[in-house]
Amino acid sequence: MSAVVSPIREPLITGSKTYHQITEDIVSPTERVPNASWVAGFILSIATLSFGLFCIGYTIWVGIGTWDLNRTIGWGWDITNFVWWIGIGHAGTLISAILLLFRQKWRTGVNRAAEAMTIFAVMCAGLFPLIHMGRIWLAFFIFPYPNTRGPLWVNFNSPLLWDVFAISTYFTVSLLFWYTGLVPDFATVRDRAKGLRKNIYNFLSFGWTGKAKHWQRWESLSLILAGLATPLVLSVHTIVSFDFATSVIPGWHTTIFPPYFVAGAIFSGFAMVLTLMIITRKILKLEDYITVNHIESMNKVILLTGTIVGTAYLTELFIAWYSGYIYEQFAFYNRALGVYWWSYFGMMACNVLSPQIFWIKKYRRSIFITFFMSIFVNIGMWFERFVIIATTLARDYLPSSWSYYVPTWVEIGIYLGTFGLFMTLYLIFVRVAPVVAIAEVKSILKTSGDQYAQENARSNYDKMLNEKPHHEEHAH
Amino acid sequence: MKEAKEVLYGLYDDETVLLDAVRQANADHLDIEEVYSPFPVHGLDPLLGLSESRLHIAGFVYGALGTLTAFLFMTWVFTRDWPIIFGGKPYFSAPAFIPITFELTVLFASIGMVVSFYTVCGLGPGVTNPTLDDRITDDKFCIAFETNGYSNEEISKLQSFFSKTGASEVSSKVI
Repeated sequence: MSAVVSPIREPLITGSKTYHQITEDIVSPTERVPNASWVAGFILSIATLSFGLFCIGYTIWVGIGTWDLNRTIGWGWDITNFVWWIGIGHAGTLISAILLLFRQKWRTGVNRAAEAMTIFAVMCAGLFPLIHMGRIWLAFFIFPYPNTRGPLWVNFNSPLLWDVFAISTYFTVSLLFWYTGLVPDFATVRDRAKGLRKNIYNFLSFGWTGKAKHWQRWESLSLILAGLATPLVLSVHTIVSFDFATSVIPGWHTTIFPPYFVAGAIFSGFAMVLTLMIITRKILKLEDYITVNHIESMNKVILLTGTIVGTAYLTELFIAWYSGYIYEQFAFYNRALGVYWWSYFGMMACNVLSPQIFWIKKYRRSIFITFFMSIFVNIGMWFERFVIIATTLARDYLPSSWSYYVPTWVEIGIYLGTFGLFMTLYLIFVRVAPVVAIAEVKSILKTSGDQYAQENARSNYDKMLNEKPHHEEHAH
Repeated sequence: MKEAKEVLYGLYDDETVLLDAVRQANADHLDIEEVYSPFPVHGLDPLLGLSESRLHIAGFVYGALGTLTAFLFMTWVFTRDWPIIFGGKPYFSAPAFIPITFELTVLFASIGMVVSFYTVCGLGPGVTNPTLDDRITDDKFCIAFETNGYSNEEISKLQSFFSKTGASEVSSKVI
């Protein structure tokens, strides 16, 4: 079966790799002693995480009064951070599931790390609603278990409960998807290892040997999990947006929220993937697998989703004016020109204006610009959630209740702590697991490796001339 | 414990050579025990006569189970066990059940399929399967024949098959 790859496509694997070299390049970082930058990063992450844990402990011990939330502004940094992290957690499954269904081969270079990032981001996100409950020791009340109070069930009609189901399902499915992809690669690590290390990776690899039937089932499983994860990833942020959209607060009660939240989630998720991958590819020397071509593809997604988000902002403003509904009009006037005007302008500048530079190919392919843009986008997306949550609540129906909100050091500490958690887990991940999906990269080598590009172009050209498919392709 | 199995296997350096070799084995009416590869080789399944995986059927069944579990449970809670009026809506407010029904469908299908996958493949935490060569998960493609009770003549026939089809190494092992 000859591969159909357009000759104008750029190679996705550079450096004329052989199969063995791919294994060598990707597995060897896990076999070396960590270098100084990793150790420094790890110590910093652990320190940040420890401070976050202290702030969480302090909140639980003293109470939510340690935060600056008040009767008017009941959701502040906590829910902002929750939505922000969940949004970041959307790129992994998008890359591995939706791009698998669309047969985008560049996915193979980044899917493993992006899925890991998804799992860690969802863990960070999940912390916030749990702490925000106030009495975290009663958190199990959110599950519909038979209890001695009737049994009194949870409210299945509440978007907050839908969130519980959506996020726990998303976490579980992402974890299963990720680990199933890791099993053959752990077997590769196992077969190079010796002693205790071999035993550990033997356990992790589940006894994988690479039988033809197993590969067939593995591909079938990956495809169906991708098919299930695709609507799932869209449903998760849709349901998060329902937390707002089903309320009767002007500025929240809008039908545009689900698609707008999903686009924003993909937008911020890709930005976070770029931030991490640009550092990872440099430090682990994976430039041959995560090429400028990969970065450009992700920048195109950023440009598209950023523009969708921008369109949504403008649509909201237009509809607020066009509805003739004064409360809605006030809510949007207040967002742009009220007490929190700076966050609205931060959001507009970072999310709508700055990604537009990616219309220019030179900037899309610049690693330096991409790195800064990826950070801008995540700042912008954080502002977006803050604008939606705090700004809207600060000016409600009763002017006598109007309020202002500044986070306390505890709230800031918890947010920093989630960065610590995220980075700690990510740094452990890059030490113990292959950061790029080895088997998947090998499977695209013949179609997307740079040394085959000429040959593929020629065979496609011949095919075009002869209109006769080549059944056999000769190997080197 | 399973009986010891004598295996004669050849390693190939490239998947196109492997596919040609499997075709040759079919033409020579040799009974391939197993093919191992470091990544899925497309076009191999029909040559080995492997039927399509039925995991997707299992996935559908698990998913349907999730749909029914979620929808019927919520219906029972809100119409029979403890009916509560939320916002003046009917007890049986089906549209509000859809998000959780969807999530549980996906959850049941995913967990069920992953568990089925590892079970039917005989894989799982703590499982150790014998490996023929450490490089099979790296860059070698392997065709293995079971040679229990084979005569010398039959073995040499397999040897000549391997040399004819371009195997880079041929060895035997008892697993």
